Amino acid sequence: MPSLWFDIAHLFAGGVLVLSLVLLYQDRVTAAINVFALQAITLALSVGWQAFIQSEPLLLVTALMALAVKGFVIPMALHRIVRRLDVHREVEQVIGGGATMLAGLALVALSILLLQPVSGAGDVVAHEDIAFALGVVLLGLLMMITRYNAVTQVIGFMSLENGLILAATGARGMPLVVEISVAFSILIAFIVFGVFVFRIRERFDTVDVTVLERFRGERREQG
Amino acid sequence: MPDVTIGLGCAAGFLVIGATGAAIGRFSFAKTVIYGLSLALSLIALGLALSFLLRHAEASTVILPLGLPGTGAHFRLDALSAFFLLVVSLGGATTSLYALGYGQSERAPLRVLPYYGAFLGGMTLVVLAADAYSVLVAGEFMSLASWALVVAHYRDPAAVRAGYVYLVMASFGTLCLLLAFGLLAHASGEYTFAAMRATKLGPEVAVAVAALALVGAGSKAGVVPLHAWLPLAHPAAPSHISALLSGVMTKVGVYGFVRIVFDVAADQSPWSGLVALTLGGVTAVLGVLYALMQHDLKRLLAYHTVENIGIIFIGLGLALAFRANGQDGVAALALTAALFHVFNHAVFKSLLFFGAGAVLTATGQRDMERLGGLIHVMPKTAVVFLIGCASISALPPLNGFVSEWLTFQAILLSPQLPQWGLKFAVPATGALLALAAALAAACFVKAFGVVFLSRPRSPEAAAAREVDRFSLSAMFVLAALCVLAGILPGFVIDWLSPVTSALTGAVLPHQASMPWLSIVPIAESRSSYNGLIIFLFLTASGLFGAAVIHKFATRATRRSAIWDCGFPLDSPVTQYTSSSFAMPIRRVFGAAVFGVIERVDMPLPGEMRAGHFQVRVRDPAWRFIYGPLARSVARSAQWLNRMQFLTVRSYLTLVFLALIGLLLVVAAWR
Repeated sequence: MPSLWFDIAHLFAGGVLVLSLVLLYQDRVTAAINVFALQAITLALSVGWQAFIQSEPLLLVTALMALAVKGFVIPMALHRIVRRLDVHREVEQVIGGGATMLAGLALVALSILLLQPVSGAGDVVAHEDIAFALGVVLLGLLMMITRYNAVTQVIGFMSLENGLILAATGARGMPLVVEISVAFSILIAFIVFGVFVFRIRERFDTVDVTVLERFRGERREQG
Repeated sequence: MPDVTIGLGCAAGFLVIGATGAAIGRFSFAKTVIYGLSLALSLIALGLALSFLLRHAEASTVILPLGLPGTGAHFRLDALSAFFLLVVSLGGATTSLYALGYGQSERAPLRVLPYYGAFLGGMTLVVLAADAYSVLVAGEFMSLASWALVVAHYRDPAAVRAGYVYLVMASFGTLCLLLAFGLLAHASGEYTFAAMRATKLGPEVAVAVAALALVGAGSKAGVVPLHAWLPLAHPAAPSHISALLSGVMTKVGVYGFVRIVFDVAADQSPWSGLVALTLGGVTAVLGVLYALMQHDLKRLLAYHTVENIGIIFIGLGLALAFRANGQDGVAALALTAALFHVFNHAVFKSLLFFGAGAVLTATGQRDMERLGGLIHVMPKTAVVFLIGCASISALPPLNGFVSEWLTFQAILLSPQLPQWGLKFAVPATGALLALAAALAAACFVKAFGVVFLSRPRSPEAAAAREVDRFSLSAMFVLAALCVLAGILPGFVIDWLSPVTSALTGAVLPHQASMPWLSIVPIAESRSSYNGLIIFLFLTASGLFGAAVIHKFATRATRRSAIWDCGFPLDSPVTQYTSSSFAMPIRRVFGAAVFGVIERVDMPLPGEMRAGHFQVRVRDPAWRFIYGPLARSVARSAQWLNRMQFLTVRSYLTLVFLALIGLLLVVAAWR
């Protein structure tokens, strides 16, 4: 196989990672949703390319599912939620954008540092894809913990899951059943999150989770 | 049928008795049935153990398809098991006999009867078990059954607290034993004692196993500073249970230690012996000092158990040190002394607890300050209690003297040890042992004097009556054993020879063939002791003295003014009390060891109120170890409690940070 093909695979995987970093920097909910959609489309391209170079037609099904569900259905649904709830304003961040970006870069460095010396097992594609994938997972987690807004936390979670799919398709021989079940669990999680967000909104007139925490029954007064 | 099968049958029988107790406990005849059956079964087990030792029988093993899958439960009866089975079943038999009378007054029989059989069965299983899994399960079963007995009188807050402390300590001990067996199983790859025995251990592993065994088994036995549960739990239980707990169950702890360091993990260095020996010496002295400060009769006895466990561990430590240096003959002597003391303590401590129970039944009092003069109303109990006191104080010709004398014989051979540390430490421990023995005598002068002599200090004490014949017969049996083992110790030593030959590879000279039934631990030129001659001499001289006095003293009645010892009042409160008796020793050791606070509240001249004298004695184990430990646990629990009230985001952050930390460790590791 020409080495160009590997480079293209790296390009797509790297694209997913870069979009994760872009996602981390967004301070508007609508922009974050758009970046997430873009990331999902890039992921679909990456998986489709993997299907081609691994000659695994079943991976195409995964790519199509990622494209349809995460590239279009979920972002559109999120946009609808945001319009309905009227929360397309700035998102409050726990720590500032610059600091978050620095932390994100450090995480990417860490994941490459971790997986670079691993040699022998697997081919080169799998190898570097997994480093990217771990970076995407860590960035998704970082996004979840640095936002107060429930919708952006959902996006962080979804982006984390994109990293898992990237890792799974990079290695050879991932059964389709596992991917389908992962996709379904994401769908269920999305529904649960959606219901949850609506309930928060109905009850407290906001989707800022700090408000929610104030209403926890067992919370002890700090004294 | 192999011997071990009979032993297992006895254990199963005890468990069935426990179940029967649960089924029929509410009927009035249940106590007689349960205790009667336990007595019969204990006698069978006693016969088995005794015949095993006398026949020098071969060890027999049986594997039951229980426990861990693929391993099975191994049980084995060898000389060591047989000796401890003898102790357990002797205690079980006499306790059951005693309980036939004493147990009748139990108000809540359903809280005692089911666990009684279970407790005896558990102890029997522990001494028979021959793999790590079975011994731990049986040990936990025994602990739980005895815990249920400790909290039998659960309406008493002291009993509940005692049960709580006991449970914590028992769990801690089991944890240590679990770790010890884990190390051994790792080294040998199997859970059976046979495989562990065959494995050669590295020196670090052997030391770690010995330390864990000392802590684990020591917490069951009551080695300072792990003794804290013992003076709480033993008095809280009904008296016959106290006798079992103190006289027998602590010996099961000793058994665990002996089994591990002498048999299963036998490659020990001399320094393990030094640790056991030093700890034993400290335990003996502190135990007896605490005992002196007590005025609750059962608590006093419980603290004396701590002292005697210390004496036993001195013997065991000596045996370890000598064996590690290849001096098997002396090791056999020290081990014989320790095991002899195990037997003796089981006998006289049961006897003393039975006596305390009899006093409790007769007067309803455990507080010695409210007793007195019982020798007039309970003469038989007084006689057997006196024999028990003399035995535990190590007075010849009784059995306590023999085992302590043997321990001293081993201590006197310490110059033969090559290590200088041991050469110095062993005589120092000997001094501690001597101190403990002297203080024990003082303590039992106090116990017997305050409880049985003088005049009654309360109306209940004055109205006491002698107890029932079952209780008395149990006490007389034990008192007879004290005397017999004291005047004919050679036979007991010969019974122990299969144990010492299995564990140290050496035996003492055959004692029954010595002239005049003397005991000669090493050689006649060096030292020998003859309990029988001393007994005969004491009896003869006593009778002769009495005869002379009766013959030649005048019987004329003289009348004179009563000498009132300087007391102007004719009230029982002017007598010596238990705490006034202990005052000199409290003053000597008080401030340093016990943190004693004495407060005198004396009315000024002209004031009409009563004066008060208050003494506060604290166990330093609580002050320096358990108190700070409990506080730090509470503090960290308080701190961790905050973790219950974080936000979802904070939990996610914690997960994230933990993940990053682990990844960093992985990155740095390579």
